[in-house]
Amino acid sequence: MEAIILQVLNGLDKGSAYALIALGLTLIFGTLGVVNFAHGALFMLGAFIAVTLRRVLNLSFETIDETRTDFLGNPMAVDTPYVEYWFGPEMGSAIIDWSVPIAVLLAIPIMALIGVAMERGLIKHFYKRPHADQILVTFGLAIVLQEIIKAFYGANPIPTPAPQAFVGSFDFGALIGFDPFTIMYPYWRLVYFAFSMVIIGAVFAFLRFTTFGMVVRAGMADRETVGLLGIDIDRRFVIMFAIAAIVAGLAGVMYTPILSPNYHIGMEFLVLSFVVVVVGGMGSLPGAVAAGFLLGILQSFASMSQIIEIIPGINQVIIYLVAVIVLLTRPRGLMGRKGVMEE
Amino acid sequence: MLGLTKTDARLYLIVIGMLVFAPFLLNPFPETSGLAQFNAGYPDLMQKLVIFGIFAVGYNILFGLTGYLSFGHAAFLGIGSFAGVWVMKLLTMNVIPALIIAMLVAGVFALVIGFVSLRRSGIYFSILTLAFAQMCYSLAYSVLTPITGGETGLTLSLDDPRILGVSQTESGNIPVPHLFGLDMASATTIDVGAWNFTFSAGYYFAALIMAFAFYFSIRLFRSPFGLMLRAIKSNQTRMSYTGLNPRPYTLAAFVISGMYAGLAGGLMVAMDPLAGSERMLWTASGEVVLMTILGGAGTLIGPILGAGVIAYLESIISTIGSTVLYNWFSGLPDGIANVLVNVIYPFVGSGWHLTLGLVFMLVVIFLPGGIVEGGKRIGGLFRRRQDKTSATTTAEPGE
Repeated sequence: MEAIILQVLNGLDKGSAYALIALGLTLIFGTLGVVNFAHGALFMLGAFIAVTLRRVLNLSFETIDETRTDFLGNPMAVDTPYVEYWFGPEMGSAIIDWSVPIAVLLAIPIMALIGVAMERGLIKHFYKRPHADQILVTFGLAIVLQEIIKAFYGANPIPTPAPQAFVGSFDFGALIGFDPFTIMYPYWRLVYFAFSMVIIGAVFAFLRFTTFGMVVRAGMADRETVGLLGIDIDRRFVIMFAIAAIVAGLAGVMYTPILSPNYHIGMEFLVLSFVVVVVGGMGSLPGAVAAGFLLGILQSFASMSQIIEIIPGINQVIIYLVAVIVLLTRPRGLMGRKGVMEE
Repeated sequence: MLGLTKTDARLYLIVIGMLVFAPFLLNPFPETSGLAQFNAGYPDLMQKLVIFGIFAVGYNILFGLTGYLSFGHAAFLGIGSFAGVWVMKLLTMNVIPALIIAMLVAGVFALVIGFVSLRRSGIYFSILTLAFAQMCYSLAYSVLTPITGGETGLTLSLDDPRILGVSQTESGNIPVPHLFGLDMASATTIDVGAWNFTFSAGYYFAALIMAFAFYFSIRLFRSPFGLMLRAIKSNQTRMSYTGLNPRPYTLAAFVISGMYAGLAGGLMVAMDPLAGSERMLWTASGEVVLMTILGGAGTLIGPILGAGVIAYLESIISTIGSTVLYNWFSGLPDGIANVLVNVIYPFVGSGWHLTLGLVFMLVVIFLPGGIVEGGKRIGGLFRRRQDKTSATTTAEPGE
């Protein structure tokens, strides 16, 4: 029982990441009809916003500390970050410590800008072109973006820790009446899960309760009719794209403490999120979220040593296997609707 | 000639000519000049150009004719490589059985994957092939390590039980791949003044295979089967209404292109007997898509041109380092040279993938027909200009 709960919990953070990326992907599918292979790159850009902010906050100047000496008796040089100089040592180090959550605030405008630039500069011209062209051009864009990041940050993963306050694990077992220390769960993963729930809830609420969302949902159901009603669909497309970019970017920012980002983190998540979208059903938002969590949890179950002993390698292929089975038995995915992306 | 129409025969002869004279054509710069690093006339690169040419020609049969965008074809390349190495380990170092088995094994895998994937079309098909390829890659990388060598890759070793042939040569080395005794790595160099022309057995063997592969591709393009595939691309629904089931045709195209990929993988190990699972990564599949698109999908010569350009650029651009750049601009004032080097440097050397991505985007955006269409457009410009001049001089008769 403990093992099962533990695996479910373990799957949640991966599932949250899948769900968030897949949410953006399926939004763009459903409304704009664009297959965006650069969506993983947006996740990666978000992660690197956190990395960059941490670097900027750590910028420091060197001072000579007369009170301390090294082993030769010379006064020691001490690096003081500018933020510590400006805000005082305690406040300053706290700001550096909290760089990942602070990066969220920064990521929203930056990702929105990137999203708008991408839509206006590139995607706009591809609405009428075949899906193959959309896949190819966004695949090219993804390569370009990740190579730019590689040129600036190198190829190695860059550790970006969570705030000190979230280091350590939460004793989940004791909370629900099991023996203490049987189900331990890192705090930051809980934060990530809660954060993803908030984002998913916000996107759903936005689509459910605003006029804008109503139009977008109408557009997902029947794009032509909405256009015929004289609604300026172009402006809404830009906003939809920006929202999808923000969601992917935020998912990336908050994921950095769980997995140190490197330049190809986006590609890894992209392939999996596409599988998630297809399993959930293209153009279906609840489908994408449900499939994201489902596959994340399945993956963590498949990684259990007992399961690997029975079927070696299952942890590597479980997601693809599920995707193949779902696509062959339910061609439209778990919650797919008729007529979306079907030629 | 050979059952080809006049234009096809001319095209085929041009390709044959290019293959035969490649050691000269790709070596235009004398060794002593600073441009010698742009020479591509050495065996490794020429073999690579030809092998990727075969891969792209095969991919074009699926993507160019039927319009099915597979994102998993690198898997067949990898499977072909592994099969080829295993034949060399177990059977013989002769490359012919390795190539045949590589094709067959890749064909079997293509049959299975194609049978499942082709039940869906469009974006679903792309994602299914992608999923299968990733599955093959993950398995090859992890669980199947005894068969595939996992992280280190699959290599020949001194204690391979080779049924037809020896495990080790008399001097205690691993035997080299050969074609009935003709060593694949053997090469002769002819010095003509400042030029060195290298003729390698491996390259000409690969070129011969390429000639066959291309001939088969032309025949397939011009056959009723090729016409059927084009019909599927233009309108599958209408095909079904006329009472034709498109599935067997698409499956056949998928298997044929998978076998081409297997052949290319087999040739890779025939030239250099080692195989790694990174050959199966989905970005590697993206590269063959790019080759086909860059050259011109659906045209005969396009994929060969695209593969040539990409493989050439990869080999040449990725060797340009900052010192080379500084050498180029050494004649300029320091400031300008620094600026130029800093501007160009991210695009060359280890950053060559950036160039690749940009080329990819520019081609898809501005030139969907690839190099072939570009050539046609340029040709069209000249022709129109000629027409204009002729129109001004000669009066057209009234209708």
